[in-house]
Parts: sequence; C-alpha cells; structure tokens
Amino acid sequence: MTAITPVQAIVERCQALFDDLDFNAVKQWKAADPARKAIGYMPWYVPRELIHAAGFLPVGILGGGDSLEVIQGDAYYQSYICRIPRSTIELGLTGRLDCIDGMLFPSICDVIRNLSGMWQVLFPEKYVRYFDVPQNYQDNVGGHFYIHEMQGLREDLAKLRGKPITDEELNASIRVYNDNRAAVRELYAYRAQNPQQAPTSEVYLLGRAGMVLPPEEHTQLMRDYIRETDKIPRPKRDNARVVVTGSFCEQPPLALIKSLEMAGCYVVDDDYMLVSRWLLDEVPADADPLDELSKAFLHRSASMAAKYDATRAEKGVFLLKQVKTRGAEGVVFAAPSFCDPALLERPMLQDVLAKNNIPYTAFKYAENTGQMAPIREQAGTFADSIKLWSDAA
Amino acid sequence: MNDTVIPMPASKKAKPTAVKDDAMNLQKELINANYMDLAQAHKQGRKVAATFVPGNLNELLMCFDLARSLPETNALQNGMRKKSGKFIMDAERDGHSEDVCTYVKADLGMMMGGEIGPTGDPLPVPDVLLLSYTGCFTFMKWFELIRHKYDVPTLMLHVPYQGSGRIDPNMRDYVVRQLKETIIPGLEKISGVKFDIDRLRQYMKESVKAEDDLVKVLQSAKNRPSPIDGYFGAVYYIGPIFTAFRGTPEATNYYRVLREEIEQRVREGRGPVTPEGDMKNEQYRLIVEGPPNWTSFRDFWKMFYDEGAVVVSSTYAKVGGLYDFGFRHDPDHPLESLAEYCLGCYTNLNLPSRIDMICNYIEEYQADGLLINSIKSCNSFSAGQLLMMREVEKRTGKPAAFIETDLVDPRYFSAANVKNRLESYFQMVKQKRTTGIGEGVRPVIPLHSVQ
Repeated sequence: MTAITPVQAIVERCQALFDDLDFNAVKQWKAADPARKAIGYMPWYVPRELIHAAGFLPVGILGGGDSLEVIQGDAYYQSYICRIPRSTIELGLTGRLDCIDGMLFPSICDVIRNLSGMWQVLFPEKYVRYFDVPQNYQDNVGGHFYIHEMQGLREDLAKLRGKPITDEELNASIRVYNDNRAAVRELYAYRAQNPQQAPTSEVYLLGRAGMVLPPEEHTQLMRDYIRETDKIPRPKRDNARVVVTGSFCEQPPLALIKSLEMAGCYVVDDDYMLVSRWLLDEVPADADPLDELSKAFLHRSASMAAKYDATRAEKGVFLLKQVKTRGAEGVVFAAPSFCDPALLERPMLQDVLAKNNIPYTAFKYAENTGQMAPIREQAGTFADSIKLWSDAA
Repeated sequence: MNDTVIPMPASKKAKPTAVKDDAMNLQKELINANYMDLAQAHKQGRKVAATFVPGNLNELLMCFDLARSLPETNALQNGMRKKSGKFIMDAERDGHSEDVCTYVKADLGMMMGGEIGPTGDPLPVPDVLLLSYTGCFTFMKWFELIRHKYDVPTLMLHVPYQGSGRIDPNMRDYVVRQLKETIIPGLEKISGVKFDIDRLRQYMKESVKAEDDLVKVLQSAKNRPSPIDGYFGAVYYIGPIFTAFRGTPEATNYYRVLREEIEQRVREGRGPVTPEGDMKNEQYRLIVEGPPNWTSFRDFWKMFYDEGAVVVSSTYAKVGGLYDFGFRHDPDHPLESLAEYCLGCYTNLNLPSRIDMICNYIEEYQADGLLINSIKSCNSFSAGQLLMMREVEKRTGKPAAFIETDLVDPRYFSAANVKNRLESYFQMVKQKRTTGIGEGVRPVIPLHSVQ
C-alpha cells in the first residue's frame, strides 16, 4: 500500500470540505472564540474584505450540490425556477446553516433577489442584507452609491461585533485578499500552462475550499498545491483546450466537470466562484479602503451576465480575452437550467465568438444532474471536432 | 354612459364580440394612436425611445419630443392578437433558450418578422433604449439583446432594489445623480432638444390629475358590489398611465371620463363590465397576485365572471406605480420624484413588503382570499410566491390558491387545469364561509414599508 502524496492529501482535504454540507469547518473555526461569527454570501460577488475586517468568516453558500436531498425546499418553488434557491432553503430549514450568523444576497438575478426577502421571513432572527452593486461605472455616481452600500454593510457588521471597523482593519483585510486573489491567479495561470498537472476537478475543489476556509489558510493551500503537484509529472493528453462559461451561480456537479475532462477537454479558464477573482488586480491597501474597493469594482473587475456592459462593443470582450490569453481552442457554454442571466447572455456571446471564428458548444445542467452520458458525448464530439479542425488547418 | 359593442382582436376562431364602456373604447383609441405615432415618427423627423413599463420616465422622454415604444406592451398586444406563439418559436429556433422570458422572445421574434407591430403598422427601430430595469433583471438583458442586434445607443438607469423594505436616501440620491449625469445629457444628445425642467414640471402636473383619478377608480372596488374588476378590467385602466400617456392631457381626460363612469356605476349599484356585459351577481371577492395570461385573456376572465368572482384588487395593477399608497409625481421636486417613482414600483419591493401589501388589500377590500397566477416567464414576480401564499393564509386566515400560466406563450395556458383549480378554489371559499373558519382574523403586521 502506497502512502498518499501531499498533492493527494490536499485534494482529499478539499474534497472533504466540499462534501460536508454541515459546514463543520465553519463550526470549528467559530469554536475557537465565542466572539467569532460567520457571514454567508451567495454567488456572485460581495466585498469579503468587510466581513474579514470585522473578524468574521465569509462563507460562500453555493447551494446543496448533488448529494443533498431537497424535500422542503421544493415546496417553495415552482418547477420552472432553478435549483440553487431551493437547495439553499433546504440547507437553512434543516439547520445546516445554523452556524451562519448572517446572509448576504448579492444582486445577481430576480430569484436570488427575492430569496433575500424569503430569508427575512423564514429566518427572522438572522441578519440578512440584499447587497446591491452599481451598474453605473462613474465614480461620482455608481461609485458614490457603492461606497454608501459598503458603508451600510460595514456599520451592520460593526453592530454585530460590537465595535466599529477601522480603516486600518479594512486595509489589512484588503492585503489578505490581494494575496488570496494573487494565489488564485497563480493557480489559474498554472492550470492554463499545465492543464494535465492541475485538472479542473482539482482546481475546482481548491476554489470551493476557499468558500469555507479563512482566506489566509486558503491562500497557503493553493500555493502548496501548485508546489506539490508540480513535483509529480502526469501524462499529457491531446485534449482540446476550452473555456467554460455560464456557471457563475448554481454550480455544476463535480461529476460534470470530471466528465468534461474525461471527454477530452482541458478546461483552461472558467467562471466558477468568480468572487475569488472578481477584482482583476491588486487593490491599493494604503488609502481610503472603501474608495479603493469601489474603484476596483467599477474599473478593474471581471465581466459576467449580471453585470451591465455599458456599450455593445464591450460584449464578449472578457470572454475573448479568456480564450486568447489562456490559449483556448473553444468555449463550452454550461449554464444552469432556468438561469435567466446566463441563458439570455448566451446568444450575444455566441455571436461574438462566431465572428471571431471560435468554436463553441452549449448545454444546460442542474446542480443535481445525474446523467452525464449526454454531456460527455457532446463534449467529446466538440473536443474531437476542434482537433479535426486544428489538423485540417 | 353608453355601452357599445366592438370587435375583439383578430383570431383564427369565430370572432367574438365584447362589450366595452366608453372609457375602454377611449383607452383602445389611445393605444392605437400611439402605434400610429410610432409608425410615422421617423417620417416626421422624430426620434423614438424604447423603454419599459415599471418605472418608466414618460414625462422626461416627452421633454425631448421622443415617441415612446414599450416592448412589453408590444409583446402583450401580440399575445392578445394570437401572434406571439409564432414569434416565440422563431426566437427559439434562432438560438434563444426555451427557459427564458417569453416577452423577450416574442419581441425578438417580432423583429425577425420584419418589425411589424401588433396593429399591423411598422414599428421603427428605436433611436435610444432607455434601460431602467426596475424590478426585473431580465429587462437589462432584453435591451442588451436589442442593442446587440441594432447597435442602438443605450442609457442605463440603475434603480436599486428595496431589499430592506424601504427607500434609503442613498438609493434616491443615486437615481437622481444618474438622471443628472447620464440620462438627461444622453437624451439631449440623441434628441437634439435641450432639457427644460419647467416642461417636466408641467407634464408632472398633468400626471398628478390622472394619478388621483386612477386611485379613485381602483379604490372604488371597496364598494359592494365592486363596480370594476381590479385585475382584468384594471389592465385596461392602467394602460395609458403606465405607458406613453402619463403626463398628457389625453391621459387626464381619459382618467376623468373613466372615474365618472365608475362613479356612475357605483351610484347605480352595478357590478363590473365584462366582455359579456355587466356582471350581475358578485359571489366572490378576490385579490390576485401576478400578471395575467394574455394569449387566452378573455377565456381566463370568463372563468371568473361565470362564477361571479370579481377581483377587487391586484398587485399587477401596481406594476407601474403604487399610487394607492400615496405616491404622486411632484412638480416641485421633479427629479427626486422620478427617482421615488422608479424605486417604488411593485416588483421593486421586497417579499415582506409584498406580503404586507396583499394582507392589507384583503382587509381593506374585504376580500374572500388570494389567488396567485404564477407566470413561468417572470421570476421577478414568481420566485417566492409560494411562501407569500403561505404567509398571507397564516396572517389573514383567508384561503389562497395557486395557478400557473404564462404571459404570451400559448403553450403554457392549460384552460382545463386552470378552470379545475379555480372551481376547487371557489368551493373552498364557500366552505370557509359556511364553517366560519378564519373569520375575524386580521393582518397583524402594519404596512410600514410601502410608500
């Protein structure tokens, strides 16, 4: 019997965190100090720096996945509404989120927006905030609004901990998250260069670990992973290099990500857990923290369907950049069923790709999709066709 | 008041006739006149703006001499004329998902068919898309899709959601800043007309008169029998004020005529006018949450009036403004007032506020219960409605029921299923009356958050 390698140990730890729908890691973190609190947030973006600066743990709530049996949650939603809100309600009603002291609902779509009000009704004893981000990108307009929104959240969190959050604390947290984002960028760049060394099924699990671990620990974990996986060469396959897009909210089952890889795709970029790399570069940590977070959001953040593109020319630019900088050969549109933002965005992005001669394929999933054969076949055909076209060229 | 008989919109079936009162005829004339106006706008050298119903800035657009096109209205008019089914399927064949809003697909399908509007007149490609996604994220993608097709300039007015159940000063300030910094300069540039705030004030003075009359009309349903149907009838009543007419003398006149007609009905003790004449015997008084189905609108309505069910108030009639809770456009504070208007539309309220509002309606209008028409296309309305239903039942003791249809996709209207559910619901209401369960129970949470 062979001992497991360090990289296997990291992946197994991440897998255990991913599988744990009781958020024991959060409970353990809280148990170290009775003053500690955990604040949950749903996809896509909240400024986690504020939560961290309060001394609290930001916890990404990304639905129940494919292992949670949704019984009560289904009674709250019609069949034509996506699955993430129903499994999230299931997590709440079954007590799994009791360790979460407050919930933030970012402005991503009407379903998550309305879920914020449902949470207020269902869990009146918990702190709940709908967190709006601006769709106007002028500093004196959208920035002004956004700074007020962040200030409101800062004051709420200060009340929860019993003392104000200082600028120094915020700047310290910005540094922590700058480092975390840098590590995520390193991981993504490493995967794009060596996709066989950092399979997306593993990179994804590392990202998910960042939803429940303190950022400092998560940063270290990612760097340990890169170092350890680099030591053990893995066979490189003649796979097609693809970008996956449309999966920014309800997450695909892990089996789906594995199926893409088994079907012959190397995922070299994606939009899973965008919160961890929403801000594209370092946020200055020696100035007015809310002002700097605002500027980073307005002028230096990623693009996705729930964020308004101010001009037609901007549509698809971010995706094209992902394709070009990662050396991708095609795009896989993988969106959850009934996801309005992703599915309404898709035809525009497809048009941009077609004009740039970039092949794509599209399918839908739910977080509990069980049958992978059709997706594997579709992805396999797509990968084969890319390889055939490449050969022909 | 004279009742007249006029033809209903074109259909493949034998053409039915509908009884309409003077105000309904006037409303139809107004809506048709706007389509004529749009058809001729470019020939007359006028620019065209497209914008959405909730939080629409009609008074402001008129300050720039812009003709106004409302894509939701186009889609619903196409739905009522049985044209939307083909448009939706055309859009789906063109790559749009079967999962998404059918208003969007009906609009995109209409464009693919050559931009012929519901009345058969050509609809011009807009010169500007005024994008306020008050209460609905889909609006944002909708105009991005139109912009992607036609490369039309788009002006975004981001209206924050009332997540905490109130309008925070920061939210109001944000909307006003956008109006000053982005929207007004943008409209000046596109239209070539300089903004005149006194002109805006003048339009708002007209708006207030129409708003006062509309509220009197909607609140007339507190009478027994109700002289109006606050859902099926109200969709006619809200047409001019929620679209291209608020702020015009035509709208003021329409709402005055309408109010006078309704007051006359109250004096005469008459029930609401239906397509088959006056409803004689009011059996059930209901509150309805959610938009109507447009493709089978008349069949749907008939299921109610055949049973003597009148809708005394509906949330859909507030989708373009909550005037019955006191809001009026304020000529003395025009931009702040536009901001308040946008922020206060029904689907921009959080779930607890919507629940409060319905409980309040049940009490004030002495309703027998709540009916939710859950619309597949509309997550803004639909997500959370099952919880709303439970809460309203719990707090009022009144029975609630749930049906599912769609806006303009005829594939999602199952007449037999809807009728069965409605009949069961009416029986339930009757039973509840007999047993007295729930009598005397009143909403316990005050309507604090709706302005």
